[in-house]
Amino acid sequence: MLGRAYGHEQGALPPPPAWEGWGEGVSTRENPQEEKALTLAFGSTSPASGRGKRSSRRRRATHSTSAIAAFLVASLAFALPTKADELTPYKNVGDGIPASLTGSPGDAARGRALVLARSTTCILCHSGPFPETRFQGDLAPDLTGAGNRWTASQLRLRLVDASRFNAETIMPSYYRADGLVRVGRNFAGKPILSAAEIEDIVAFLATLRD
Amino acid sequence: MSVWRAIAAAALVSAAPALLAGEIPPDARRSGYSFMGPDTRAMQDDDTSNPGMLFVLDGEQLWGKKTGSADKACANCHGDARSSMKGVAARHPAFDKTLDRPVTLDQRINLCRANHQQAAPLPYESRDLLALSAYVAHQSRGAAITAGDDPQAKPFVDQGRELFMQREGQLNLACTNCHDDNFDKRLAGAPITQGQPTGYPLYRLEWQTLGSLERRLRSCMSGVRAQAYEYGSPELVALELYLMSRARGLPMETPAVRP
Ligand code: HEC
Ligand code: HEC
Repeated sequence: MLGRAYGHEQGALPPPPAWEGWGEGVSTRENPQEEKALTLAFGSTSPASGRGKRSSRRRRATHSTSAIAAFLVASLAFALPTKADELTPYKNVGDGIPASLTGSPGDAARGRALVLARSTTCILCHSGPFPETRFQGDLAPDLTGAGNRWTASQLRLRLVDASRFNAETIMPSYYRADGLVRVGRNFAGKPILSAAEIEDIVAFLATLRD
Repeated sequence: MSVWRAIAAAALVSAAPALLAGEIPPDARRSGYSFMGPDTRAMQDDDTSNPGMLFVLDGEQLWGKKTGSADKACANCHGDARSSMKGVAARHPAFDKTLDRPVTLDQRINLCRANHQQAAPLPYESRDLLALSAYVAHQSRGAAITAGDDPQAKPFVDQGRELFMQREGQLNLACTNCHDDNFDKRLAGAPITQGQPTGYPLYRLEWQTLGSLERRLRSCMSGVRAQAYEYGSPELVALELYLMSRARGLPMETPAVRP
């Protein structure tokens, strides 16, 4: 009847609510009215097809006034806010990025935890050698053996910008903050992952050997 | 495949308007219902266990209740909803000649409140608006979707299609990436459907309440970490219209149940 508990058909365990990794929860605002109040109607920016071109130079030129403003704020507050166009620069060599984005190696254990966290989003699409969770995606290759198939350098570029390997890929570029359309206010100007998080995940993926 | 089936398939292909790349052919269109497990299907199928039916009953009350400074009920103009409202939800969003744009069923209800009942608009996702739209849409249960057939709606259908194809948000994904290219696959273990709008407003177990199609679309937009469009915005109406035209021929299910 109407009052019964809503069991799920897929097994004994209830599924994690979809909002943990999909839909409304991601915006951290559950209440539709509240969401509405917080929504800003802003026009769309450059089309997604403009991706691949790093826009830092273009941005520096047009945003020189905001750079001055940031300098003023910094000299008052003694802290420079992290800005989108100040992602750590990196250098592609062949089909990879050989050097660590942070200058030091990542921590594989932390990387594993990150890959499994829904908020990191890998597990939405990928599966892998993760017996502890049934909630894995199948939109993308299983990550088992990724460390055999790819070098750390290739894995790093794949995470930073998968569209370099396949322009049509659905895999997001985790270390990019430009060339995107209508990014939500909470996420605007930020890469999906930090340089340190990328390094932890690269370190973990490199351990995935058959 | 038998010769007859091959001929029938070929005939279908030549008779149907040309499909755009990536679109789901009419005979392959499937409601979200067909992706659900037996328990959730049973909940939708049985009116005594379908929680959406509580809203339909509330809507029936509101239909007959006088309101606004005109002191009129919906029933005073439209009579018995069971006949007058049949098929209405299946053709919404519908082009409104006075406004020169398509309006959703929610907007139509609020236009009637403003113009004929002289009553304040009901807020989006409010219990009363959901109840009224559930009651009206329930009268179309089983009717084939026809929204978007009106030639005047065409530019808005096209706008909606463009939005459907547009990658957006921090995750840089378009609706089509999931609902055209990857239905039947699983996102973190949960099935991805074709995103057919057949059952709205519907009861989602995850929400623990009835919700509108716009709520669902906004939730997919937050999922890709995009700035969701405002309720009632031209963009959401266009997307809704495109989705309905993309579901052409599928039967309405309101109030559906989804996981
Ligand atoms: C929206 C879907 C999606 C998400 C989210 C995603 N990926 Fe991918 N990934 C793909 C697809 C699809 C491919 C296949 C190649 C391609 O299309 O680029 C892929 C390929 C890969 C590969 C190469 C696989 C192989 O062995 O051939 C690795 C490694 C990888 N992804 C790691 C990750 C990690 C780590 C994350 C999270 C930080 C992640 N992916 C998030 C869709 C995704
Ligand atoms: C990364 C994947 C993904 C993207 C991108 C996405 N969705 Fe969804 N969508 C889902 C999932 C998962 C659900 C919940 C399961 C289901 O009903 O398909 C869902 C549900 C829906 C539903 C409900 C279907 C029903 O049966 O009630 C509609 C309609 C929909 N999406 C439309 C859209 C539109 C429009 C967009 C773009 C603005 C979009 N989706 C973007 C994954 C996605």
